[in-house]
Amino acid sequence: MSARPIATTRSAAGLPTGRLAVWWLVVSEIVIFGGLLASYIMYRLAHDAFAVQAAHTNTWIGAFNTLVLLTSSLSAVMAHTAAERGDGPKAARLLWATIVGALTFLAVKAFEWTEEIQHGFTITSSTFWSFYYCAAGLHASHVIAGAIVMMFVARDAARNRELHRVELAGIYWHFVDIVWIFLFPLLYIAK
Amino acid sequence: MSEHAHAEAHSPSHYVRIWALLLALLVVSVAGPMLGVMWVTLVTAFGIAVVKAYLVAKHFMHVNVEQRFIAYALLTALVFMLLFFAATAPDVMKKDGTQWEKPSWKVPAAAEAGGHGASH
Amino acid sequence: MAHAADVHAHAEHGHHEETTGLRKYLFSTDHKVIAMQYMFTGMAMALIGGFFAYAFRMQMAFPGMDVPFYGLVTPNKYNVLITNHGAIMIFWVAMPVLIAAFGNFLIPLMLGADDMVFPRLNRLSYQIFLLSAVILLASFFVQGGAFAGAWTMYPPLSAKAEYGLAPLGSSLFLVAVAFEFVAFLLGGINFITTTMNSRAPGMKMYDIPIVVWMIVVASILFMASVGPLIAGALMLFMDQQVGTAFFDPDKGGDPVLWQHLFWFFGHPEVYVVLLPAMGIVADIMTVFSRKKLFAYKTVLYTVFATGVLSFTVWAHHQFVAGIDPRMANIFTVTTLLISVPIAEMCFVYIATLYGGSITLTTPMLWALSFLATFLIGGVTGIFLGASGSDIYMHDTYFVLAHFHYTFVPIAIIGTFAGVTFWFPKMFGRMLNETLGKIHFWITIIAFNCIFIPLFVLGTAGDHRRIYDYTNFPDSSLPWMQDMRVFATYALIVMLLAQPIFLFNFFWSLFRGPKAGRNPYRANTLEWTTESPPPHGNWPVDQLPTVYRGPYEYNHPDSKEDYWPQNQPA
Repeated sequence: MSARPIATTRSAAGLPTGRLAVWWLVVSEIVIFGGLLASYIMYRLAHDAFAVQAAHTNTWIGAFNTLVLLTSSLSAVMAHTAAERGDGPKAARLLWATIVGALTFLAVKAFEWTEEIQHGFTITSSTFWSFYYCAAGLHASHVIAGAIVMMFVARDAARNRELHRVELAGIYWHFVDIVWIFLFPLLYIAK
Repeated sequence: MSEHAHAEAHSPSHYVRIWALLLALLVVSVAGPMLGVMWVTLVTAFGIAVVKAYLVAKHFMHVNVEQRFIAYALLTALVFMLLFFAATAPDVMKKDGTQWEKPSWKVPAAAEAGGHGASH
Repeated sequence: MAHAADVHAHAEHGHHEETTGLRKYLFSTDHKVIAMQYMFTGMAMALIGGFFAYAFRMQMAFPGMDVPFYGLVTPNKYNVLITNHGAIMIFWVAMPVLIAAFGNFLIPLMLGADDMVFPRLNRLSYQIFLLSAVILLASFFVQGGAFAGAWTMYPPLSAKAEYGLAPLGSSLFLVAVAFEFVAFLLGGINFITTTMNSRAPGMKMYDIPIVVWMIVVASILFMASVGPLIAGALMLFMDQQVGTAFFDPDKGGDPVLWQHLFWFFGHPEVYVVLLPAMGIVADIMTVFSRKKLFAYKTVLYTVFATGVLSFTVWAHHQFVAGIDPRMANIFTVTTLLISVPIAEMCFVYIATLYGGSITLTTPMLWALSFLATFLIGGVTGIFLGASGSDIYMHDTYFVLAHFHYTFVPIAIIGTFAGVTFWFPKMFGRMLNETLGKIHFWITIIAFNCIFIPLFVLGTAGDHRRIYDYTNFPDSSLPWMQDMRVFATYALIVMLLAQPIFLFNFFWSLFRGPKAGRNPYRANTLEWTTESPPPHGNWPVDQLPTVYRGPYEYNHPDSKEDYWPQNQPA
């Protein structure tokens, strides 16, 4: 563990520095995804042809992935509870469960996209598919980043170190889940 | 929050209950659009998305017990996105002006129904 | 007690050793080192951006002739020069110097903290920023050359390979901008979190120096506005490289969406760079008029209001792009409205000066000239904010002169004000006042001589982004060409004056008279430690405690005409 400045340990705003920073990160991500989804919604509402293309997304796979992410959010918050009680190893196990959820999500997505591309729905097939791959791809990159961060946090937590980071990784992860909660109806259901 | 209530809210069983509720809502949001009624789809698919997001934010992210300004910052970000949509949509969603039109936006749904891998 | 807790916490976490030598510049996480890295990178990029201005102004003054030290400015090269001049000055000069350099240097010191809350994230931010600068410069050396589609990157010109001549350069430009955004998002999180959490014991919200507030609000504005543009950049990159049609009107896209995404960020961005400059000016004015800031809370709330309002004005950049005229009406009203809080802040600054004991040092000259020149920039914006007059003015040199009368005060005058003011703290030595004043006067007079002719030319109808007016008979009148030549000569004079500053800077760095801790007898916390501050800023057990606000000059209860924040009552 490296030396931490005194500055990091102060909390004039009433909450620990790490958590304050993660909330600001979430704010910045809301406007990134918000901008992309607002653009998608504008196009979707105005292009009659989009609905036809959207009919080709697989709602069941989307729903399954939603289930996976919701469950991984559950394990993330339970990891936080364990960390709060000082049980590092348990928190680490629950974080790993979350990571498995993340990897499942990505595997299902890979399978789903392979199917779609093989059926000819590529990123340039139509602007609907361009949005589909970009939005889901941006989300997936956040899933990957979250999984990697959780691996590091889990490794430390297993040794009962830096347990406060479990909650921080969780807040980020719940945000990634919320983005998907909105992506799912936008890309899969509205047909 | 009292000690007991606090412990309750952070207990594993509480989280599992919320998770079960989220799954139930997921089922409804998939089933609703199958009825094919527009407003039902809107309420179930998108209304439920909002409810699910609220549940995750409140029960999993504990926004309601955080410092109040966090919630304000998050809501402000959302409001800015609504503002962006409100001011941009009148331009982007318009397909005809007094002296221009966007023909590629007026392609009727039927025309693209046939093609897998439609051409550029 | 907070103090003992601090010491205990620090001892528990181990002593943070200072890195030295080459490793220092590669691996140091000290906020002061990182600040210097941002500052010198920004200043180097300013030389490049300034050189580009020289080359394209020479083309305007002497069309078709070889530019000394550059060669012939072909049409494409002209577009490359103006595009990259704009981008470099905003993203790689104004932002790194005003926000990252001054923010990094000042925020921990002014708050009484030993460093930023996330030193390693801070270092990562600089490294990503440096990478973005390298990517931008690399775009000049790839096949097809650098991007030439204006800093605003409007598609389809910027998206379709058959319009732009630099498919690779365009993507490198876009990627460079995207990386710069990421660097400043990360840096912003550091600044905001440090200011919210790491203040010295006793430092309430209203005891924070205005420059810190300004940099933090700027970081929040940046964070909230850049998101849609990052989404847009992803879409544009896809259009460029993959062949999607987000912005291609032939295939179901809309170029106006890009414009909205860009300007939703682009307008708050100007306040992102304005606020730190105004903060620097406020802190200088209070010191050199020995008076408290006229209405601290009013300034603060005005800044908040301006920040919010800045999100409601963006489409004034698109009045003639074919947007809905009813929207144009709304944006006219909001744009004219936003001039009110900024004007009010200028009045507050003037009220701060009124009745003060003013010393016209070099930093004070820069601060005063900021006020005067920015006012001109601001009032000329009114003509552009009203959609009716903007129909004529849009894309003329009037716009260009307007934004140079705002950006140059921000990026150039603000920088010189801040550097000349905090140089003693940064480097432990005093700059030479005579050289400073000569540099100031030549720069200021030359700057005005460059851009006042451009106001006139713009009103006469000169269009922007034209590399040769030969085929524009209305723009080829002799007096107009005379003005162009005059402006170009003024630019050359201004550029030739900068070595005076550079000489002063580097000579004083090594040979200047030693500055003490507090050569200006100022109140804020950075002046209580050594010059330059050691690693950790204060000895571990001597981090300051704060007892009052930052502007208590000539207070009746204090013995001196200043009253440092950390002095017990």
